[in-house]
Amino acid sequence: MKSYLQVSSEIGILAVGVALLMIAGEFDLSIGSLIGFSSMSITLLTIEANMPMPLASILTLVMTIFIGYCNGLTVVKSGLPSFIITLGSLFIIRGLTIAITKLITGRTQISGIDESSGYDFMHSIFSSNIKIADVDFPISIFWWLLFVFLGYFVLNQTQTGNWVFATGASKESSKLMGIPIRKIKVSLFMLTAFCAWFIAVIQVTTFNGADVLRGEQKEFISIIAAVIGGTLLTGGYGSIIGVMIGALIFGIVKQGIIFAGVDADWFQVFMGVMLVSAVLVNGRFKKKYIHEF
Amino acid sequence: MAVLKKSTYMNSNTLDLYKIYKSFGNVKALKNVSMNTKSGQINCILGDNGAGKSTLVNIISGVFRQDEGDYKINDEIVSFSSPMEAMNAGISTVYQNLAIIPIMNIYRNFFLGQEPTKKGFFKTFDKEFATQTTIEELEKFDIKIENPKRAAGTLSGGERQILAIARALYFGAKILILDEPTSALGVKESNKVVDQIISLKDQNINVILISHNIEQAFMLSDKFFIIKNGDMIEQFEKNQTSVNGLRKILEK
Repeated sequence: MKSYLQVSSEIGILAVGVALLMIAGEFDLSIGSLIGFSSMSITLLTIEANMPMPLASILTLVMTIFIGYCNGLTVVKSGLPSFIITLGSLFIIRGLTIAITKLITGRTQISGIDESSGYDFMHSIFSSNIKIADVDFPISIFWWLLFVFLGYFVLNQTQTGNWVFATGASKESSKLMGIPIRKIKVSLFMLTAFCAWFIAVIQVTTFNGADVLRGEQKEFISIIAAVIGGTLLTGGYGSIIGVMIGALIFGIVKQGIIFAGVDADWFQVFMGVMLVSAVLVNGRFKKKYIHEF
Repeated sequence: MAVLKKSTYMNSNTLDLYKIYKSFGNVKALKNVSMNTKSGQINCILGDNGAGKSTLVNIISGVFRQDEGDYKINDEIVSFSSPMEAMNAGISTVYQNLAIIPIMNIYRNFFLGQEPTKKGFFKTFDKEFATQTTIEELEKFDIKIENPKRAAGTLSGGERQILAIARALYFGAKILILDEPTSALGVKESNKVVDQIISLKDQNINVILISHNIEQAFMLSDKFFIIKNGDMIEQFEKNQTSVNGLRKILEK
């Protein structure tokens, strides 16, 4: 059980940020490459530059959020679809990560971060296990629940949440009502970048190092989880609890297929079918059940 | 420029424009437009498409500034840099298509941008207050809503317009600009809205109605401003004209 919960929790954390951004009407395709960038940056700063790992992580966090800020700013200033802008940043960030890592180390995978100072501390926060009734649960599950709780709280219980809905539902109406739609969007791009960094730290402490290709396809998987959870592709509606269930389904199916002895290739087929069905169902029930909370 | 506070409003409020000019590049959208309006009456701006009605509305509601001329409220010159500023000064505009967001629920629409918050550290959205207030405010306009959590898109077209009007008044609008409030509605829905617009006079609101439906405008309004090619060509009090008189001038 905990293996699928671990898979779900990583997708689930990303999907909270991704869903909020989608509700505000934008996509971020760069988060997968941001996971690669963040995990490699933390590892290089720690191993090559001899920084304590917590310091390297914080420096990386600043850089990652800055990239998110640039994504957001480019989208709101240009008025172009975020789909295209962040597709560009996906390739730029992934390319830079690979090129710079090779330039410095000549390799694409680096391990051995567990001997660095501050590693144990980071490991205990991000990748340790918590024992409940003699079962070890990965701590990422609890982080996931915290992300879900905060995401739900902000979206449904605050003024900011109402502005996120409105921004995605109608840019023009929101503007006329004085909602700072640019600020909302840029902040949410920074949030998705933060989520990517968070997953990067979990992965670095889980796998004892980094690989330039970490996080590949995570941008699509988290969008799929969000859509399965009921988030509209057109923006304006979504539920954080639904997204949690989307991530849970993802984890159960991914691990379940392996345990059932079915070839893992079928997993992709299943995800594709789930995505298309979810989009069709969301559109159909949009009018009927929307915003009954 | 003086920023008007709601408290500067009196029981009776005038909005006057004096020799307003506005150009976009080489296009002269408004030439020498003057008008005087007062509260407790419906002031109708009539004109064909492209005559300059929208430009005029946008100047009054704070979207643009005029190139030349004076914009006065209660004889005080004002200048707004955004619709929000105008709204805070008590001037609200209800646009025909952008009045509400269909996929958000009714109370979230009603308080959009000005959500009430609970006291306390987290300042959470006070949904109970929002729900209750929405029900009460809409009742004043003869709309009974049993469930304000419904998507606003499930309201009829007329109800949506009235929701937007009720919201503007709740947030202190003294001067209300209605941009073609009935043009997208059927007869029945249209009549509902018309009844509520007339009731605004009793609340001493200064209503500025934009229309190209001459019959309806004549029935509703007390004063008429006719705009053609960016020019305010005629002004009438209701007793000075008739439906045919207005039509003749517009179709000339």
